[in-house]
Amino acid sequence: MSRPLLLIMVILIILPAFVSDFWLNQILTRSIILGIAALSLTFLTTYLGVVSFAQITLAGIAGYTIAYFSPNTTGLGIELPWLFAVALALLFSTLAGALVGAIAKKSVGIYSIMITLAISMAFFYFTRQNYSIFNGWTGFSGITAPVIFGLSLEDSLVFYYATLISATAAGFLVVKFTSSPLGLAVQGVKDAARRVRAIGIPTTPVIIAAYAFSGFIAGMSGVLNVWQQERISSFSVGLSPTIDLLIIAVIGGMRHPLGAFIGAITYVLIDTFVIDLFSRDRFNMIIGLVLLFIVMAAPQGILGSFLSARKRIKKYDNNAIKRKIKNDCEI
Amino acid sequence: MKLFFIVFLNGLTLASLYFITACGFTLIFGLMRTVNMAHGVLLLLGAYIGYEVVEITASWMLGIIAGGLSCAVVGAFLQAFILGRYQGDELRQTLITIAISIILADILLWAWGGLTYQISLPEMLQGGIKLPILNVGYSVVRLTLIGMAIVVGVLLWLLIAKTKLGIIIRAGVDDREMLQALGFEIKKIFIIVFAMGAALAGMAGVIFGSALSISPGTDIQFLLSSLVVVIVGGMGSVGGAALGALLIGLAEQYGLAYAPTYGVVFTFLIMVTVLAFRPQGILGRAEK
Repeated sequence: MSRPLLLIMVILIILPAFVSDFWLNQILTRSIILGIAALSLTFLTTYLGVVSFAQITLAGIAGYTIAYFSPNTTGLGIELPWLFAVALALLFSTLAGALVGAIAKKSVGIYSIMITLAISMAFFYFTRQNYSIFNGWTGFSGITAPVIFGLSLEDSLVFYYATLISATAAGFLVVKFTSSPLGLAVQGVKDAARRVRAIGIPTTPVIIAAYAFSGFIAGMSGVLNVWQQERISSFSVGLSPTIDLLIIAVIGGMRHPLGAFIGAITYVLIDTFVIDLFSRDRFNMIIGLVLLFIVMAAPQGILGSFLSARKRIKKYDNNAIKRKIKNDCEI
Repeated sequence: MKLFFIVFLNGLTLASLYFITACGFTLIFGLMRTVNMAHGVLLLLGAYIGYEVVEITASWMLGIIAGGLSCAVVGAFLQAFILGRYQGDELRQTLITIAISIILADILLWAWGGLTYQISLPEMLQGGIKLPILNVGYSVVRLTLIGMAIVVGVLLWLLIAKTKLGIIIRAGVDDREMLQALGFEIKKIFIIVFAMGAALAGMAGVIFGSALSISPGTDIQFLLSSLVVVIVGGMGSVGGAALGALLIGLAEQYGLAYAPTYGVVFTFLIMVTVLAFRPQGILGRAEK
């Protein structure tokens, strides 16, 4: 683990000692959950080269599964031990990811945007229409987070650490996946699909595997989200959270797993504080302007811009030293 | 049986609206490869402007023209000053149109509030007529709508097949660089086509607002229907938009009538089936 990353981890671990409950719940925990969802999107974008609008749907599938198999006040569903519920949730979101991949396997770039958007909206309207599984508009409410190893996830400090561990695991999984043979094949498909086929690797399973993996990561955030919000409804899988996730990924930067979390905290901070300076009703305009500015001025996002700026400074320093040596030699 | 035919007519009306909207979307996509995510919000803008104009002048035709023209101006502005700068970088353009649609939708909400508006119709189109054979009443405006979609389709076909501008557009779809090399001002053509596509959205908005009603959320409904219609029909093809609109419009209405809780599934199944067998859409051409 690199030094800056270690520093961030240490800060995040000791941070709860210094912040209020509101900050812990509404800012930190929420950002990390959104960050995991955004990570599943930036993973697909960076390594497979597709922009998927279906990640909120995949998270939603995991969330609905948890809601269905957990104690809730809706009177729908079956209660299962939390471990089974989580396993089922992640299984379903992974399978749904594979399905999305199978549908969108031939599309890249803007085509993938259109197709995944159509898939996610179909799911959204389906959850609204269907009452036997998804309970329509109202969805599920009063979902209780489980007690794990004697620690209740209802407690905000315990839940914060659980979220942090999940996020670390998600980041670790993404890094491990991308350096595995399958992960390398995924990147190969992005750069030169024809060559990948030429050396005997069929591209379709690779693409489906990448989507399935992103479904797993998205599922993690879906589970945590339902435990935090204690409810899920069709609005949780609507267009607005879908676009918010894209905004988070774009703001933070897609190249590095950390970008997703930087984007998430920026988004949550804007959502919570900048709004007070203007009017609560104009949130969409502000977030739209931020997105427009980032896309036009800093397409690599905050983290990308920061990294490339640092690289430029380093390069400048190196050049200065080289010139000095050169001058010294000439003298 | 009666229900079957009524639903068929409803499907046709919906398809007509989808067609007029998706035409603009597919026109812009065909030439510029820009996925205009602000298409739905342009439709809403046209509808609101049309509403105001109809309220003031009491002329429905003027309302449609005003709705179309105002969207054309906004569309031309977007292409000329914002999107045109990133020509060739489609992903960035798409993100920009998403940002613009968020901002514009919020401005519209600010200006017109969350109310539902209905544009008043000229007397000629109000009420219903008794249909022969079926012996049921059907609203005149809905039948007019089907006629309008046919007129729009024929006019667009004439424009693309018979006029100089149409020849340039077709050449541009086939080979943009070559067209540019031959000395055509591609930037100007892009602006014209974007304005045309936006105008179609604006006009569809006014028509929709008269036949049904408009409120925030209409923009999303039509953006999504446009997306699905062009995915199914084939991106960049006007004929494909017609076919796609027909399929989706009918599927939606029949789904609603016969399987209300699973209606969306039909639309989704059509899309998935088409993508599985013809990823470029029914009438679309494969990417080179």
